[in-house]
Amino acid sequence: MTSVLYDAPGPGAKRRNVLYTVGFVVLLGLGCWWALAVMADKGQLDWALWEPFTQAQAWTTYLLPGLGNTLKAAALAMVIALPLGALLGIARLSDHRWVRGPAGVVVEFFRAIPVLLLMLFANQFYSVSTDLSSDVRPLYAVVTGLVLYNASVLAEVVRAGILSLPKGQTEAAKAIGLRKGQTMTSILLPQSVTAMLPALVSQLVVIVKDTALGGALLAFPELLNARGTLAANYANVIPSFIVVALVFIVLNLILTSFASWLERRLRRAKRSSGAVLHAEQAGAEEPVAEPGVTTKEGP
Amino acid sequence: MFDFLEGYDLLGAFWVTVKLTVFSGIGSLVLGTLLAAMRVSPVPLMRGFATVYVNVVRNIPLTVIIVFASLGLADVFGVTLGAADDFDEQAFRLAVLGLGGYTAAFVCEAVRSGINTVPVGQAEAARAIGLSFTQVLRFVVLPQAFRSVIGPLTNVLIALTKNTTVASAIGVTEAALLMKEMIENEAQLVLISAVFALGFVILTLPTGLFLGWLGKRMAVKR
Repeated sequence: MTSVLYDAPGPGAKRRNVLYTVGFVVLLGLGCWWALAVMADKGQLDWALWEPFTQAQAWTTYLLPGLGNTLKAAALAMVIALPLGALLGIARLSDHRWVRGPAGVVVEFFRAIPVLLLMLFANQFYSVSTDLSSDVRPLYAVVTGLVLYNASVLAEVVRAGILSLPKGQTEAAKAIGLRKGQTMTSILLPQSVTAMLPALVSQLVVIVKDTALGGALLAFPELLNARGTLAANYANVIPSFIVVALVFIVLNLILTSFASWLERRLRRAKRSSGAVLHAEQAGAEEPVAEPGVTTKEGP
Repeated sequence: MFDFLEGYDLLGAFWVTVKLTVFSGIGSLVLGTLLAAMRVSPVPLMRGFATVYVNVVRNIPLTVIIVFASLGLADVFGVTLGAADDFDEQAFRLAVLGLGGYTAAFVCEAVRSGINTVPVGQAEAARAIGLSFTQVLRFVVLPQAFRSVIGPLTNVLIALTKNTTVASAIGVTEAALLMKEMIENEAQLVLISAVFALGFVILTLPTGLFLGWLGKRMAVKR
């Protein structure tokens, strides 16, 4: 589609493109020059401020424990939110209105609320109603907030994954006499898991990014928070921001590329195996794609 | 029962949330469309720049961007956005900048996916009658693309509304910061939280419903 938007450049268009390129380079160059000039002026380019990152101490004392906490909170949130989300997603597909309705309300409610509000609430709740020590309270609060929000997001993913399966699966299960619970646990869920995997990994990126909220507002010692302590020690505001941003980018790029690798692999695997999948492919794209929008666009 | 609300400017806080959403929403729409245009443009450098921008910004937590806007942009680079002596106004403008820049990456992806839904024949016909690249985008492709991305853009807008709470990290007095202050000082934790949760449901629900309806109405029938 992209190349459809313009003709193969002739001599005039080539000249114009070169002109645009030069103009854009000049703009970018001016921006970079200004940034570097200010940084040099404020001494942010001094090697003394960057040197800590080449030595083990800055990493072992500040950044790695911070990264560890980020990963710990993200992993805990994912592990707890996934079964909860599966439960909610399945409940939304229930035949009984009194199960389906409340589950729908819970999912829509928690998806409409900023995750930060949930974290703030959890933090205050733990501080008032429990005797958790204040060392672990931020972790609990961050994980609780993330779990509440992401369980409802994952519920939609699970629901879409199950809906993406061809109706023949349910019908065949009924025909051999399986009960509803059995159909779900031994026929539908196992098959939908593969369809859901890429979306689950992408959601992990969202979770990792949201842990930083706890660092900024609940003093949860994750990577962004560790940056604060590090910068207070070495007075390297800009370098520390750049390094922390890079760590986040690398971590999330690894997760994203893992997700798209999984997706490609699963797509390939499906095409190569057998009869059921013809129908499935027709149905698979749309329902997965629809909540895919909400999970992927929900930054 | 609701006397705990006394002494707090609840509506004012939500008004700041709305203002944050509107300003950064407009900013991100403009910047995101520009980035999308760059991503499909014939100039390789612009394509590269937009791709890098989107992939970098999407993978950094919004909190890092907002905190950087305050500690980095304002304090080190001296970018005060014309409000150097008014701390509240400066924080607000920096938050709009951060939110707009972050959301632009998502707008760009949405618009680009919209461009991909426009049938090839449309662009081919536009080129055949001699339109240039910018004319193809302006008169033929983007108008159709926008009609098909109202749904995805609505999701981006709702996410943006919720993301404005991150601005509390640099002291913008919006809803989340007020909630933090209130639950620390008042006893009615659940009630206060419910009020704020309801506030966000009221902000996001009608937006979603209205734009969802609009998206269906405007969708190009193919």
